[in-house]
Amino acid sequence: MTLVDHALEHRGTGRRGVGALYAGNSRAVMYRGWRATRSTNWLVMLSGLFEPIFYLLSLGIGLGALVGTVAVDGREVPYAAFIAPALLAVAAMNGAIYDSTWNVFFKIRFAKLYEGMLATSLGPLDVALGEIALALLRGALYAGGFMLVMQVLGLNLSWWAVLAIPAVLLIAFGFASIGMAITSYLTTFQQMDWINFVMLPMFLFSATFYPLTVYPEPVQWLIQALPLWHGVELVRGLTTGVVGPELLVHVAYYAAMIAVGLVFTTKRLRALFLD
Amino acid sequence: MPQPVIVARDLVKKYGEFAAVDGLSFEVAPGESFGLLGPNGAGKSTTMRMIGAVSTRTAGGLSILGLDPDRHGPDIRSQLGVVPQADNLDTELRVRENLLVYGRYFGLPRRVVAERADELLEFAQLSDRGQAKVDALSGGMKRRLTIARGLINDPRIILLDEPTTGLDPQARHILWDRLFRLKEQGKTLVLTTHYMDEAEQLCDRLVVVDHGRIMAEGSPAQLIREYSSREVLELRFGSDRNEEVARALEGSGDRIEVLPDRILVYTADGEAELERISAAGLHPITSLVRRSSLEDVFLRLTGRSLIE
Repeated sequence: MTLVDHALEHRGTGRRGVGALYAGNSRAVMYRGWRATRSTNWLVMLSGLFEPIFYLLSLGIGLGALVGTVAVDGREVPYAAFIAPALLAVAAMNGAIYDSTWNVFFKIRFAKLYEGMLATSLGPLDVALGEIALALLRGALYAGGFMLVMQVLGLNLSWWAVLAIPAVLLIAFGFASIGMAITSYLTTFQQMDWINFVMLPMFLFSATFYPLTVYPEPVQWLIQALPLWHGVELVRGLTTGVVGPELLVHVAYYAAMIAVGLVFTTKRLRALFLD
Repeated sequence: MPQPVIVARDLVKKYGEFAAVDGLSFEVAPGESFGLLGPNGAGKSTTMRMIGAVSTRTAGGLSILGLDPDRHGPDIRSQLGVVPQADNLDTELRVRENLLVYGRYFGLPRRVVAERADELLEFAQLSDRGQAKVDALSGGMKRRLTIARGLINDPRIILLDEPTTGLDPQARHILWDRLFRLKEQGKTLVLTTHYMDEAEQLCDRLVVVDHGRIMAEGSPAQLIREYSSREVLELRFGSDRNEEVARALEGSGDRIEVLPDRILVYTADGEAELERISAAGLHPITSLVRRSSLEDVFLRLTGRSLIE
């Protein structure tokens, strides 16, 4: 039996292994992103760094003078030190979401970038991982810059704060993964606006600017179900040094987010471009 | 005989109940230039996507370079050069960068890619545009860059979907010249087109496709011989009179075809036929004798024009 006969023997059933999904070359996708950023939109990218810093200065320092201290697990911390880790988590979220939603949406619907990529030996998982890694890098950049500002302002209260950097990467990974998965299902600009509609209240109400305990119990449950709350609590625990086993729950929450996002993104990219 | 590089047997692609491709069977030999000719919606692009291993077949057999695209998609794609119908160049990158980055998608080493990028820019006559933005290129230049990009992995088969659609005549001729060079280098070309002149210029052999099925197969010359006459006499009597005159012309030539704007008389000798018609007292507003083309073949096979 020749190779040709062998190939013809098999009837199309859509049955495919991981080999069709992943070529182990997401680096090439990142290389592309790096070159594109370098030549076109690094200024836009840099602007995202300053947003949380402005919040920290106005609310943390300005409003903080009126508020005084807030209790974290029974320990009193200055208001600026209370909201700074929350803003750090938000910065990671925003960086990751920007890259994995609007940028990805544009690439799928208008630039036909992925169509070109998937006509090569790249698989959809290469594309998904490469794009998410880029979003993650951006998140890391924002987080690093912000951590520096926190250190200068004396808002890192414990050596545990060093671990806030990997924690922030985890948060960025989670949001990038979910963000890309959701975006791949959306087809219009109106739908893309829903993302903002969810992001803003999540930013404001996830125990970012005041403790969760101000809410009645049912609202507390709702907030605790949302991803940003887990991110805020995780980072806050580390930078204030109030560390306990509950931090592992937050980590697990993000691990699940990453896995679910990757599965759906890969599935969807395959359906869109390798029907 | 060498093993064919592409074998399709009863290839079917359905979207729901609709069969975009409805049982195509063909083979492509190495080094051959093979064309799929047909109107829009005939199933050409769908067939190309299946050959390109980016669309799975609903039924039938398909072998690309001896491999099954369902199971070896990335292996197959690494040996293909794809030039899609709509340019999907990376507009966030410069011209040369487009080639560099695309080469990296195939996992090729940076040095190899850089070397090939320069060669291909020269081949595409874009050497002086390496640092230009993609959006600043003309339509013809973009197409040439897309072709150069498709060659970065030194593919064994090049898939061209409507390579010159939307280009002006001069740009088309430059492109045909480039494609002809690839053919001379021994590359296998598979192209779709709805331009018969393009098929005649570039294809050794072609299949005429309509409604997802093959209507005829052969070299351009064979098809014209088989399905048309040597010459065609085109007569215009004015839109309102064509039908009426057509009845009077019954029996002229081998066959006549009445189109909304003109009447086609298929005959071995167009001039002689025109004289006979004039002698019979019918005087067209304009008349034209031309050689038969694949357009006539298509009209004969389907009763419709290629471009509607």
